[in-house]
Amino acid sequence: MTKNSGYYHRDRNWHPPAYDEQYKTSITRSPNFAPLSFSTGISEETGPTFNQNILGPLDHDLIQNFAQPGELAIGPRIIVYGRVTDQDGRGIAGALVEVWQANAGGRYRHKKEGYLAPLDPNFGGCGRVITDADGNYEFRTVQPGPYPWPNRANDWRPAHIHFSVFGHAFAQRLITQMYFEGDPMIWQCPIVDTIPSKKAIKTLIAALDMDRTVPMDARAYKFDIVLRGNRQTVFENRLEGL
Amino acid sequence: MAQKIKRLNETPSQTAGPYVHIGCTPSFTGIDVYNNDLGDSMVNANTLGERISITGTVVDGAGMVLRDTMVEIWQADAAGVHNSPQETRGVADPNFTGWGRSSGNAETGQFRFDTIKPGRVASRDGRLFAPHITFWIVARGINLGLHTRMYFAEEVEANAVDPILTRIEHQNRVPTLLAQNDGKGSYRFDIILQGDNETIFFDI
Ligand SMILES: [Fe+3]
Repeated sequence: MTKNSGYYHRDRNWHPPAYDEQYKTSITRSPNFAPLSFSTGISEETGPTFNQNILGPLDHDLIQNFAQPGELAIGPRIIVYGRVTDQDGRGIAGALVEVWQANAGGRYRHKKEGYLAPLDPNFGGCGRVITDADGNYEFRTVQPGPYPWPNRANDWRPAHIHFSVFGHAFAQRLITQMYFEGDPMIWQCPIVDTIPSKKAIKTLIAALDMDRTVPMDARAYKFDIVLRGNRQTVFENRLEGL
Repeated sequence: MAQKIKRLNETPSQTAGPYVHIGCTPSFTGIDVYNNDLGDSMVNANTLGERISITGTVVDGAGMVLRDTMVEIWQADAAGVHNSPQETRGVADPNFTGWGRSSGNAETGQFRFDTIKPGRVASRDGRLFAPHITFWIVARGINLGLHTRMYFAEEVEANAVDPILTRIEHQNRVPTLLAQNDGKGSYRFDIILQGDNETIFFDI
C-alpha cells in the first residue's frame, strides 16, 4: 500500500517565466509578486475524472470529426501518439488529453482569426482522447501549417499542436504545445523561446516515427508527456510500480 | 539505503494562446464536434449544499479585462469531500462534480460558475482550511497556468485560522482572495494579474 504524501514542487526554472519581453502579451499578463509557495494538500492532490463514455467515436480523429460525410480534412495525414507519465515514469491512466490546432494552411477556425490562409470546410481543429491503462494516447490529424502573428515585426509560429492535459490531481494541470522534428521555425519563435533551456524545449519536439507510420496512409509523430509526480508514503516495503 | 531515483522533468508549459476555446470549449466557439463543453455544469437538482454563483473577470496590468481566458475551478462538496479517486477521507456527493470550466462571456469576459458552497477541508497536519475553491487561469500571454484560491469573505472566524491565509506575509493582500457575497448567494471574485490589488497566486 502506498499513499500520496504530496506532489514534487514545480521546477520554475524549467518552465517559462511569467514575464518575457520578447513575448509582448506576457508583459501586462505576468504577476509582479512572487507566487506563494506551499505544499500540496488534498485540494490540489485530487482532481476531476473523465469517463471514456464522454468520448464520441471520432473525437480522436481531427481528419474526420468535423468533415462532411464522405469528406476529409486537407493536409498531410499524421498520427500523433505517446504516453502520459508522472515524473517517476509511471503511466497515468485515464488522463484527458485535449488538442487544438490550425489547419494545414495555418488558419484557425475562430472569429478573431484574421490570417489570409483559407478555412478548410472539413476541418474543425479540436480533438480529445483519454489515456489507456498504461497512459498511452493516440489521435489522427493533419499536420498544421505555420502562421504569422502580431508580436514583433515578422514573427511566425512553427507548426504546432496545443495540448491540455489532466492527470489525477489538479496540481498536475498543464497546457503546452507540441512541435515537429526538423522545423527550423522552432528556433525563431519567441513563444518557444520563453522556455529557458534548449534541453527543455527539445522535450516539446515530437520525433518522426517511421515504425508507427501507416503505409499509404499517415506518418507518425511521438510525443510523450510528463506530469508532476508525488511522494509516496510506503506502508509495505516497496514503492508502487517499481 | 536505496540510491536516489532519477526523476523525469515535468513537460514544460506553453501559453494556451488565443484559441484555447477551440480545444477546451469548442461548442462555445461554434465548433460542434462534441455534444457539450466539459465543465459547463457542476450541479444537478439533487446536489447537496447551499447554491451559489461565482462571477468575475480576469484583468491585466493595464486594467483591461481579458476576453481570451479560460478559468477552471475545483472544490470539495458541501461536506468537504472531493469527487475524486484520490480523495482518501470519504465518498463525495455523487451529484456534484466539483469541477467547472468557463470561457467567459465573449463580449464582457465575465466568467460564471453555478456551484455550491464547499465544506471545510483538513490540511495534512489536521488543521481545517476555511471553505475555499481552487482556481486555475490560462490565457494568451500567461506562460504557466496560474493557481489561486477563492475564500469567502463572510467566513471571518474560519479565515482567521486558515493555514494558508494566516501565513501570507503581506496581510494587506489577503482581501484579493476573498469573494464578496451580495447576500443572495451570488459571489464576486475578480482576478487581477498585475499591479494594484494583484491577486495572490500560488506556487503549489
Ligand atoms: Fe497556435
